[in-house]
Amino acid sequence: MVDTSVRFSDLLLDNPVVPASGTFGYGKEYAELYDINLLGSFSFKGTTLTPRFGNPTPRIADCTSGMINSVGLQNPGVEEVLHSVLPEMRGYFHKKVIANVCGFSIEEYVETARRLSEDESVGILEINISCPNVQHGGMSFGTDEKMAYEVTRAVKRAVKKPVMMKLTPNAPDICRIAKACEDGGADAVSLINTLLGMRIDLKSKRPVIHNIKGGFSGPAVFPIALRMVYDVYNTVRIPIMGMGGVSSAEDVIEMMLAGATAVQVGTANLKNPYACKEIIENLPKAMSFYGVDRLQNIIGEAH
Amino acid sequence: MERRVFSVIDNVRLNETVFDLRLAGDTSGITAPGQFVDLDVDGLYLRRPISICDYDEGSIRLVYKVVGKGTVIMSAFGPGKKIDLLLPLGNGFDRNKSGDRPVLIGGGVGVPPLLALAKDLMSKGKDVKVALGFNSKSDIILYRDFCEVVGEKNVFVSTVDGSFGKKGFVTAIVPDGSFCYACGPLPMLKSISEKIKMRAELSLESRMGCGFGACMGCSIMTKEGAKRVCKEGPVFDKEVLIW
Repeated sequence: MVDTSVRFSDLLLDNPVVPASGTFGYGKEYAELYDINLLGSFSFKGTTLTPRFGNPTPRIADCTSGMINSVGLQNPGVEEVLHSVLPEMRGYFHKKVIANVCGFSIEEYVETARRLSEDESVGILEINISCPNVQHGGMSFGTDEKMAYEVTRAVKRAVKKPVMMKLTPNAPDICRIAKACEDGGADAVSLINTLLGMRIDLKSKRPVIHNIKGGFSGPAVFPIALRMVYDVYNTVRIPIMGMGGVSSAEDVIEMMLAGATAVQVGTANLKNPYACKEIIENLPKAMSFYGVDRLQNIIGEAH
Repeated sequence: MERRVFSVIDNVRLNETVFDLRLAGDTSGITAPGQFVDLDVDGLYLRRPISICDYDEGSIRLVYKVVGKGTVIMSAFGPGKKIDLLLPLGNGFDRNKSGDRPVLIGGGVGVPPLLALAKDLMSKGKDVKVALGFNSKSDIILYRDFCEVVGEKNVFVSTVDGSFGKKGFVTAIVPDGSFCYACGPLPMLKSISEKIKMRAELSLESRMGCGFGACMGCSIMTKEGAKRVCKEGPVFDKEVLIW
């Protein structure tokens, strides 16, 4: 018997597979297909202080081995999430979840994180300082060391639960941002969010996405994500949740060898709604094949 | 929703750009005309959403226009080819609203999902009338299918260039009735919303990511808040839409 469990910050996860925020809603659509309690955990849709409709459509463009999205943090706001979404979620998911938080000012990040941290189902707060699809928020905090430090420190002071900062590959040097977050008191980092990209429709000769640019994700970004996880592992001592194009059990193992303690699966869920279930079911076989007894033991082994 | 493997029965060209793809497989999940499927197309990352034109116990029919990379690949599908589908997706038309004299309005490649709806309403003994609009005679699809289902005298056609039926937009040939079901381009739906007095359900189209409600890629704002075209739609009551 192989051991797929990993300890990530305060949480003991049955396996390191965690659906990524924005690709899994609140789990409900997937819970209709399979028992999502087999997941290590999941990171629910990014939450802001007030409700957001998000960006105008089209928000989606298909790409070779991936896609672009410009959803723009559509969510019902923290009040609705606390009072109606999470109570309903507890009916079909019984493990701790990861609450993904976004904001447009440090005060908004702090207030939203503080409110979500008081919910019993929330195990970790994932602070999204990396969304490429909103102006004056999101990524602007994740491309500047000083801002990243300030957000981390402010949120850490306001909450008791572990704080994980979600980083953008669009920063000039993701390692410096990761270090700033660690210095600010972060308990973990997750990376990478999407890469800024675009497509142009050849018939209309106009950008496909209404907002012109959006976040590129999917299998095509995996080698970039892997390299960044590898580099950040060399830079910080806090645990890393690796993500970016992960689509198979083999990808999970590779991410962990690069330095990830747990692994998020995002875009793959949208193409194959059973992706996480299949990855978890395939993990023991893949581990045996590559001579891995305990996943926890291979973290950063490639270094 | 389920993921099922279907196999191609045939994939017949209806006109220069429109194909009629019949697939064999388990259709037991389909609950209403107007629902759609999401096809995994070789070589593409995202699935392609296509409305179900017609279905029975063991097969579905997808009538689609070749408009881009995905549908170009689909047009080469041959008999026996296995295709991974998510189905059924979306809500479909609410037939309980129809009254005794429902009117179906289709425009261009929005026409197909109305065929299964017409069959369903006829089987319930309704007096069904169909108004179809196309750009030109060469774009007309499924005319004979509708004639067979509801009778030739109950099918009205318009073309923008006047090469068949009445010249002009389909909104000018809509007969009287108890309730309207429509699918077609946005300007047509908007015009129906404004000009047709009947209560109506309109089926929308949108660029989708997942097709099953997870990614929020296809959201629209309605009078009842944000809705996902793929999940709460694609069929919406005319009263909730904002133009």
